[in-house]
Amino acid sequence: MIKFLKEKWFYIVILLIALAVPFIIPNRYFFQVIITCCLFSIGALSLNLILGYTGQASLAHGAFFGIGAYGVAIMMQTLGWSFWIALPLSALMTAFIGFLVGFLALRTRGAYFAIVTMCLGEIVGLVISNWVELTGGANGINGIAPPGAISLPFIGQISFEGQTPKYYLILVFLIFTLFFMHRLVNSLKGLTFMACRNNELLAEAVGINTFKTKLLSFVVSIFFVSMAGGLYAILMGSISPSVASLGITFNFLLYVLLGGAATLVGPVLGSFALPVLQENLQFLQEYQMVLFGVLLVVVIIYAPRGLMGVITALRSRFNRKKVGT
Amino acid sequence: MDLFLQQLFNGVMLGSTYALVALGLTLVYGILQIPNFAHGHMYMLGAYVCLFLMGVLGLGYWPALIVVALIMAVAGVILERLAYSPLRNQSPMASFISALGALFVLENSVIAIWGPQGQRIGNPYPDIVEVFGITMSVQRLLVIGIAFLLIVLVQLFIKKTTLGSTIEAVAQNPEGAKLVGINIKLVSSLTFAISTGLAALAACLVAPIFILSPSMGSLLGMKAFVIVILGGLGSVPGAIVGGLILGLIEALGGGYLSAAYKDVFGFGALVLILAIKPTGLFGKEVQGR
Repeated sequence: MIKFLKEKWFYIVILLIALAVPFIIPNRYFFQVIITCCLFSIGALSLNLILGYTGQASLAHGAFFGIGAYGVAIMMQTLGWSFWIALPLSALMTAFIGFLVGFLALRTRGAYFAIVTMCLGEIVGLVISNWVELTGGANGINGIAPPGAISLPFIGQISFEGQTPKYYLILVFLIFTLFFMHRLVNSLKGLTFMACRNNELLAEAVGINTFKTKLLSFVVSIFFVSMAGGLYAILMGSISPSVASLGITFNFLLYVLLGGAATLVGPVLGSFALPVLQENLQFLQEYQMVLFGVLLVVVIIYAPRGLMGVITALRSRFNRKKVGT
Repeated sequence: MDLFLQQLFNGVMLGSTYALVALGLTLVYGILQIPNFAHGHMYMLGAYVCLFLMGVLGLGYWPALIVVALIMAVAGVILERLAYSPLRNQSPMASFISALGALFVLENSVIAIWGPQGQRIGNPYPDIVEVFGITMSVQRLLVIGIAFLLIVLVQLFIKKTTLGSTIEAVAQNPEGAKLVGINIKLVSSLTFAISTGLAALAACLVAPIFILSPSMGSLLGMKAFVIVILGGLGSVPGAIVGGLILGLIEALGGGYLSAAYKDVFGFGALVLILAIKPTGLFGKEVQGR
C-alpha cells in the first residue's frame, strides 16, 4: 500500500484535485470551461489512439463526434428513450459506421488515408445539414433534456440537473477512457498498434495482420469519440451541424499534438492547456485563432513531441545534472 | 438535351478551374512529396487580394489579375519557407500538420480582416451569349479560355525551357538532379510560386461568378485533393483530366440528382475509387506514404 502510494502519489493528487474542482471554482463560466475540457479530453484521447499509437491521421473524428451527439439527441428527443440507453446504443451504432468507414478507408495509407477520412467527414457534415427531417438542418436539435436521475446504493438518488453532477458524470467517463486506453496500449494488442505505426512492412513480416489491427484501433477510437459526442449533446442541451465539422477534428488534433501524441497524459494536458490559454487570450478576439495556427506550425517544427516531449527533455536534463554532481 | 448541354458547359467551366488548382497541387507533390493542405486556402486568399486590389485600390480586372498572380506567387514562396522547408527531412505527417496550422492562420486572418460574410466582385463581362440553346456568360467563357491557356503555358514551360525542366528533373530523381547541379531549394520555391500563382488566378477568374467567403478555400482544397488522388499524386495529365471529370460529376449530379448534395457526389466518387484502387486511377504503388 505504501509502495503504491509512493509510486502513484502524483496521480492521486491530480484525482483529488479533480474531485474537488466544483468546490474550488466558484465561477460558473470557468466551471463550464473545465467541464468542456474534460469532455474534449475524451475525444483527444480517442484520436490519440489512432493517430498517436497507430500512426493513421484520421480527419473524420469530428464527424463521428457529431454522429454520436446526433445519435443521442435523436434517440432522446424524437424517440423519447432514456439517456442511459441512448448513449451506449449511439456509441455502438457509430462504432459500427466507423467499422464500415474504416473498412473502406484503411485500405489507403498516409496522406491518402487523411484525405479520404477528411472527405468522409465532409460528407457526414453535408448530410447532417441537409437531412432536415432527421437532424433539424441548420437549426440543429434544441432542448435536449439532461440524463434521467439514477439511484445508487449508499449514495441515493442522483439527478443530473446542474453543472456539478454533469461534471462528475463526464469525469467518470474520462477516467474510464484513460483507464481503458492505459490497459489497451500497454497490452500485447497495443504493441501491435505501435508496430503498425513504426513499420508496417516489418509488422506484417512478423505475422501481424496490419489491416485488422488498424481497423480495430480505428473502431475503438470511434467508439470513444462518439461517446464524447453523446455527452456533449446532454452537456450543451442543443447541437447544430457545427458539432460534426472539420473544426472539431482540428481541435482534437491540436490538443493531441500540442500535448504530445502517443502519450496518455499529453492529450489531456493539451485539452486543458489550450482552452484555458484561449480564455486568457480573449482580448485578441479574431486573431486568437491565427495565433493557434502559428502555434501549431511552431510546435511541429521545434517541439514535434509536444508539451510532453518538452517535459520529458527537461526532466532528463534535470536528472542528469543531479547524477553529475 | 438543352439542359444536358447547359450542365455540360457548367461542368467544363467548373472543371477547368479545378484543373488549374489541382495542377499546382500535383506539381508541389511531385517535387516535395508533401500534400500541401493549405493550397485551397491560398486560392481563397488570392480571391480576397483581388477584391482588395479592385475594391480599395480601384485597379481594373486585368491589371488586378496580374498583380494578384505576382503577390500570391511570393506568398507561396513564403509559405514554403516558413511552414514546409524546416520539415524537409521529417515524416510526411509533420508537414501535413504544419499545413493544417498554415491553413488555420490563412482562414482566420481573412476572417479577421474581411469578416466571415460573403463578398462580391463586380462582374467585368456580364454579357450573355446564346449558342445552340445554351446560355453562356462571357465571363464563364473567359474562365474556360484562360484556364486552358494557362495549362498549356505551364506545360510548355515545364517541357520546353531549361528552368522548367528542372522541375521535372527534381520530381523524377532528386539525388540525380542534385548531382547535375540543380539547386533543389530554388526549384521547390519556383514550384510553390507557380502553384500558388495558378491557384490565385483560378480564384480571380471565378470570383466575379461566385460569392467569396473565407470558407471557400477548405472545400476547394479538398476537391483539389480529390482530383489529384483520382489522377494519381504527382501526375500532371491526371490532374487536368481529373479536374474536368470532377467538374462534370458535380454539374451533372447537381443538375439531375440533387443540388444540395452535389459535393457529396465528388467526395463519394473519390471514396469509392480509393476503396477499389487504393493508389488512385493513374497512381503507382507507393509504400509507407
